[in-house]
Amino acid sequence: MRIQAQISMVFHLDKCIGCHTCSIACKNIWTDRQGAEYMWWNNVETKPGTGYPTQWEDQARYKGGWEKKGDRLKLRMNSRLGALGNIYYNPYLPTLDDYYEPWTYEYDNLINAPAGDDQPTARPISQITGQPLEIQAGPNWDDDLSGSPVYAANDPNLADLSEEDRAMLFEIERLVFFYLPRICNHCLNAGCAAACPSGAIYKRGEDGIVLVNQDKCRGWRMCITGCPYKKVYYNWSTGKSEKCILCYPRLETGQAPACFHSCVGRIRYLGVLLYDADRVTEAASVDDRALVSAQRDILMDPFDPQVIAAARANGVPDGMIEAAQKSPVYKFVKEWQLALPLHPEFRTVPMLFYVPPMLPVQATLADGRVNLAAVDEDDPLALFGSIEQARVPLAYMARLFSAGNTDEIVRVYRKLLAVRVYRRAQSAGDVPAAEAVRILADAGLTPDSAEAIFKLTATPTFEDRFVIPPMAREVNIESVIDPLTHKQGAGFGFRQDARRGQ
Amino acid sequence: MADNVLFIAFPYAAVLVAVVMSVYRYIDHRFTYSSLSSQLLEREQLSWSSVAWHYSILAILLAHVLAALFPGFWGALLGGQFRLYLMEITGMGLALVAILSVLAFIWRRLTNPRVRAVTTRGDWVLLAALLAQVVLGFLTALLYRWGAVWYLHTAVPWLESLVRLNPQIDAIAPLPWLIKLHFLGGFVIVALIPFTRLVHAFTFPLSYVWRPYRVVVWNRRAH
Ligand code: HEM
Ligand code: SF4
Ligand code: SF4
Repeated sequence: MRIQAQISMVFHLDKCIGCHTCSIACKNIWTDRQGAEYMWWNNVETKPGTGYPTQWEDQARYKGGWEKKGDRLKLRMNSRLGALGNIYYNPYLPTLDDYYEPWTYEYDNLINAPAGDDQPTARPISQITGQPLEIQAGPNWDDDLSGSPVYAANDPNLADLSEEDRAMLFEIERLVFFYLPRICNHCLNAGCAAACPSGAIYKRGEDGIVLVNQDKCRGWRMCITGCPYKKVYYNWSTGKSEKCILCYPRLETGQAPACFHSCVGRIRYLGVLLYDADRVTEAASVDDRALVSAQRDILMDPFDPQVIAAARANGVPDGMIEAAQKSPVYKFVKEWQLALPLHPEFRTVPMLFYVPPMLPVQATLADGRVNLAAVDEDDPLALFGSIEQARVPLAYMARLFSAGNTDEIVRVYRKLLAVRVYRRAQSAGDVPAAEAVRILADAGLTPDSAEAIFKLTATPTFEDRFVIPPMAREVNIESVIDPLTHKQGAGFGFRQDARRGQ
Repeated sequence: MADNVLFIAFPYAAVLVAVVMSVYRYIDHRFTYSSLSSQLLEREQLSWSSVAWHYSILAILLAHVLAALFPGFWGALLGGQFRLYLMEITGMGLALVAILSVLAFIWRRLTNPRVRAVTTRGDWVLLAALLAQVVLGFLTALLYRWGAVWYLHTAVPWLESLVRLNPQIDAIAPLPWLIKLHFLGGFVIVALIPFTRLVHAFTFPLSYVWRPYRVVVWNRRAH
């Protein structure tokens, strides 16, 4: 047992309102630079939809992540030698058109246009060439366009759905969509790092944040393919790859990452997980159906004295262990098992987990009409509709969050429903309390845990949502650099102009 | 006299500049070491030109280097007439491919507005130098047959004398100016290395073949 700490995340999708505040907070801090305009380290997608870059989940095309060959894992893109052979031209790299050409507007013209009969306009101009451009796409071009034949219908996740399910999803009266905010998952078995020929992408041992060493990156642009989530971006101006840094300069000073901090729906949770680093490969190599549970299995109980001893022996500081004990992520992922990894079948062991959405709650449909007097004494679940009739087909959710294993989704939904019924019994009183407790027990919960789930979901404080460990960077770095000097430099890590080479 | 400057002083200066400035750039401006890939901006043309260029130029360079390092072996290799023909034809074919692909690089940078936006003066200088050099090389092969063999008795002794710090230019002095220009061009490109994207060729990531897939960096522990 080799215990390591990982700063991990949970996004509660029922709470995301798709406002994109997170994306903007990130953009303003980190990617508002030449070459980075098109990068959205945080982006929010409408599902079903094609996402950003377009159809990123289609690994037949982009070759991201790992695949199982016999008992072994291999990068889907190519072998090690194959990577060196493909280095002059990477056949699986998306082009800018799979993202979009970044643009701004000719605002100057509004002020400086010569007097004339017409109102001056601010034409869109490319941020790369400076030339006028016809806008073709943008980072959230399919926002709210679920059901559209151009976007939603081309969602790669629909492949698994039956004709019936698909028809249901696109029936205009039943149109449904939800939002999927995405950042780098800071994976345990990161595809980006494995794909980098220079070995420039690394995981920080202390907290598991995955970073691109800007001095080691040589612009071989293999990481972009290696990451199945397309969360490494190539800076076309500096010739280096960049990715989400989980706002480590903020974390090191005790602040939540900007997208977490600014999240309007308060859907985001951040905390420490302890995991067994010796078993990561094993967890990434099991059959599809078992991926989620295998990943849960390597997350260790931070209260177990044996785990604590092993963590200490491996140099995990006490502050980190304490943070792991208070971690909201541990509760969602391991204790309540409500949060699931996105596309575990990519086998990178992502450490950002999602509570799959149940909303919109479906009031019972009687004769195809919404029954507003929906409370049925005999069937308290009726108010919320049955799981099998979920507005978004289970198979679709399973494609996203459990490598196709619908049992995992059903288990989560039953818990979420049970908590709702339980709360309904308490607040409205129209469900018999005993019945509510029975439903909880059926779903594997107790009134206490239901209460805790409710509290952490609906009314958590800032401190409940973000349990940031003391990262003690100043202690960690003192052998390398004077902490006072380091303090002035908190940022990208070097003090030189990030100038493009020749 | 001119020959002494061009074929003794200049090569030494070029190599010195290349080594010192590349090391300096590596130490002080490591961030600027990059292939500066422009594939994100344009992929159709690059998909063949970059592959064709690199494989052809690397094969040609390899032949030059092998012959200079192991002249005996090289001579024996080309001992048979058929093998010599094969080498000449292969060499000229590769040179043609290289010429076409540099032309494609230049065309791409001239005509694609996005790629043009990331083209620096250094890129133009380098592409011009590479084009001149491969054209000179091709003409040498075309006009002065069996270069694969006479190279061993002209350029190789000269290069060897430079390496031994006992410069002798007798072997190359009587050669035609076209061939001499090709020699000069080689050292011009050497001198360009630290000032252009050519540094990327010297950071070839061979260690990828054996390094572990996961890279973990600790601040305190020496792992
Ligand atoms: C030995 C290993 C080498 C590797 C791994 C390598 C790799 C690369 C890569 C990845 C690119 C960027 C392609 C893109 O835009 O995506 C590139 C561009 C280039 N390389 Fe190399 N290269 C090597 C050797 C060389 C050599 C020996 C030369 C010349 C003598 C050379 C000349 C160039 C030029 C001129 C470009 C720019 C092409 C353009 O976009 O106009 N490379 N190389
Ligand atoms: S999500 Fe992508 S970029 Fe982030 S660690 Fe995983 S593989 Fe790397
Ligand atoms: S800020 Fe929060 S609620 Fe808004 S889109 Fe982002 S994740 Fe969703």
